[in-house]
Amino acid sequence: MKTEKKNEEPGFEAALKLLEKIVSEMEGSELSLDEMMARFEEGGKLVQYCSARLNEVEKKIEKLVQKGGKLETVPFEAEKE
Amino acid sequence: MNTPAKPEVFSVTAITRRIRFLLEEEIGSVWIEGEVSNFTQAGSGHIYFSLKDENAQIKAAFFRGSQTGLKIQPANGMQVRVQGEVTLYEKTGNCQIIVRRMEAAGAGALQEAFEKLKAKLEAEGLFSPERKRPLPVLPRHIGIVTSPTGAAIRDMLNVLGRRFPNLHIVIAPVRVQGEGAAAEIAAAIGDLNKLETMDVIIAGRGGGSIEDLWAFNEEVVARAIAASGVPVISAVGHETDFTIADFVADLRAPTPSAAAELVIDAKENFENLLVQRQRQLARSLETLFLKLKQRLVRAEHSYVFREPRSLVKNYALRVEHLDQSLRQRLLRAAQIRHQQTDALNMRLSHLAQSVFQSNRQRVRQMDAQLRALNPHAVLDRGYSVTRGADGKVIRDFRQVKPGAALATQLARGRVDSTVTGAQP
Repeated sequence: MKTEKKNEEPGFEAALKLLEKIVSEMEGSELSLDEMMARFEEGGKLVQYCSARLNEVEKKIEKLVQKGGKLETVPFEAEKE
Repeated sequence: MNTPAKPEVFSVTAITRRIRFLLEEEIGSVWIEGEVSNFTQAGSGHIYFSLKDENAQIKAAFFRGSQTGLKIQPANGMQVRVQGEVTLYEKTGNCQIIVRRMEAAGAGALQEAFEKLKAKLEAEGLFSPERKRPLPVLPRHIGIVTSPTGAAIRDMLNVLGRRFPNLHIVIAPVRVQGEGAAAEIAAAIGDLNKLETMDVIIAGRGGGSIEDLWAFNEEVVARAIAASGVPVISAVGHETDFTIADFVADLRAPTPSAAAELVIDAKENFENLLVQRQRQLARSLETLFLKLKQRLVRAEHSYVFREPRSLVKNYALRVEHLDQSLRQRLLRAAQIRHQQTDALNMRLSHLAQSVFQSNRQRVRQMDAQLRALNPHAVLDRGYSVTRGADGKVIRDFRQVKPGAALATQLARGRVDSTVTGAQP
């Protein structure tokens, strides 16, 4: 019944979680300099990725309409009561 | 013969009054349920209508002064339940009811239907917490099922636009009350799912009476929410209104505005979070650098470098090790050079021999010289040495005066004398 959406975007959330993990690893345990550098780089990439994701969708307000049995979206303009 | 009793003749006024009294006394105050028809509202605010069912109808008057507790807007076709007094309007002779209270018919019936459906869906597990899906952290495509007019959609668009300027919103316009509303809402939820681009759906409307909100209590809407592939937020009426849709939805928002706030965090909060994480990354690395630097400094100033005993202890093993290997090397070298060394020793002893012999000769020579210089040898030959009282050897007549004591050393013994005269 409740099927997962095909074009689900796990990216942002997963990236944020991974970033969280990396930060806590770097803050918590004793890592070698090499390990720290590797995580720092990875974390930096995740931050960039997430930032890009925050800005990728354009503002668009649409209205769903039925046209000849087919679903279409058209720009939405506030209707008066 | 009796004249028949003269029949009692009423005036119209009298008989209608009598009928009125009879109605008012015998029937009095009653509850009546029926459908509203011939609805008119006078300029005075009084409402006139008929209550009817399949077989009969009765006139009703609802005066303005009684309308204070009225929660519904009566209209033709509406099933209502009224309380009032049955009476006769003498002027027209019409039997009518003077309404004191009016509520939607089946307010009780609605409640009953609500409880029944709720129990049924609950038994099916449609409300179970395990079915609730978490909302996506960053929904970028949001579907909204509501009326395209009215405050609800305006409020939601306002809040969403303020929180996150770049969102893709698809509104599925529906009627949210009245006949067919529930079916439209259910279909719209399905349609938004068919787009396959939505991350989350908000279904709702602004506040209203229980009848106004009723579409969200219908089974078809509940089923559509349950079948939705993406999480659904219900946002029906006010905070105190609970509908079946609220129980089935993945999240219930108290109002449409609240739904818009719940569906996505403010963009700046995301951005701040990322900046914060980035700082944490940098700080962790800095901390490590600092730690490493401190370790270096500490190592430099460490007691190992300052404390000789530790040094000795520490290096003793190394020294010992070195010593051993050195010995071994030396031993090997010695073995190799053994013959050479022997030869060298021979030459050395030869050399020493010759040096010794030449030295012996020099010693003999010096001995002879020393012998020649020995003053005793001179004394042996008849010379003597004269000294004054001060022990100085007398070499000049001016060193002495008459009467001075002299001591003269001979080869054997000494002679003391006094000066009687001195001249060159």
